[in-house]
Amino acid sequence: MVEKGHSHGDNAKYYSLRAEAIQELLIEKGICSMDDILTMADQIDSRSPEDGAKVLAHAWVDSEYKARLLADAETALMELGYDLPETAPKLTVLENTDDVHNMAVCTLCSCYPRAIIGRPPAWYKGLAYRSRVVVDPRGVLKEFGTELDESIEVRVIDSSADFRYLILPKRPAGTEEMSEEELAKLITQESMIGVGLAVSPEQTKSI
Amino acid sequence: MAKFQPGDQVRIRVGVPPTHFRTPEYVQGKHGQIETSWGPFPNPEGLAYGGDGLPAQPLYLVKFAQTDLWKEYKGAAQDTLLLDIYENWLETI
Repeated sequence: MVEKGHSHGDNAKYYSLRAEAIQELLIEKGICSMDDILTMADQIDSRSPEDGAKVLAHAWVDSEYKARLLADAETALMELGYDLPETAPKLTVLENTDDVHNMAVCTLCSCYPRAIIGRPPAWYKGLAYRSRVVVDPRGVLKEFGTELDESIEVRVIDSSADFRYLILPKRPAGTEEMSEEELAKLITQESMIGVGLAVSPEQTKSI
Repeated sequence: MAKFQPGDQVRIRVGVPPTHFRTPEYVQGKHGQIETSWGPFPNPEGLAYGGDGLPAQPLYLVKFAQTDLWKEYKGAAQDTLLLDIYENWLETI
């Protein structure tokens, strides 16, 4: 079972003290200022899954925009008013199709496209998800309620270096008449990580 | 100048230095294929210690067959895993 809680549990206090000590050292050594740290934290907090959903829903309705987003995510994001900070890692968008299903992880730590969708869910940083998704991606998908056909290539993307990966989920069937705003509501945080699919219109009705 | 091109087969170097590195052990010694050549990036093995990360290392997105990574892989034969790896960890086959 994928552990949905925070992996550090009782150690939360230890980790928060450690973070504080590191912060103090960074400032003391002149590597960055308190302002830099607060600006960065504000930037991350100003983003949420809704921002990513808005961009990806636009890609669903505008195929030319989608092509630009897949080719150069950072420039395409600027078109919609999202300027990624210079300090943010490079961003790439990967498209899920009838043939390929991408799902993202960071096995080494917790790399995540924070600059566009904010902070990751706690389970994303947990050891259970990080260690299991690379070995048994279909098993993990099943636990999130998604079973994919054997004919689909399941592609795990382990973001270990300078790139962060945002997944463009497949547009569900039966959404042809929906507005961009309605479509954005179908794009969940889980679908942008690739552990789930976009919500179908039928599922919306049953909620 | 990037040494490898998309499509090239590579082997991931084996090594567990006591210092910072970003090549997970589960791909070490495995064969993969270059999917994308990203260009040069500062080497994190130097950046981690306050260095400038120079000389920059070409970075590649490398694709692996899941069945090559795990003997008892339970998914489908065509399933893959992609990972960014710096050139100093790649060997020509």
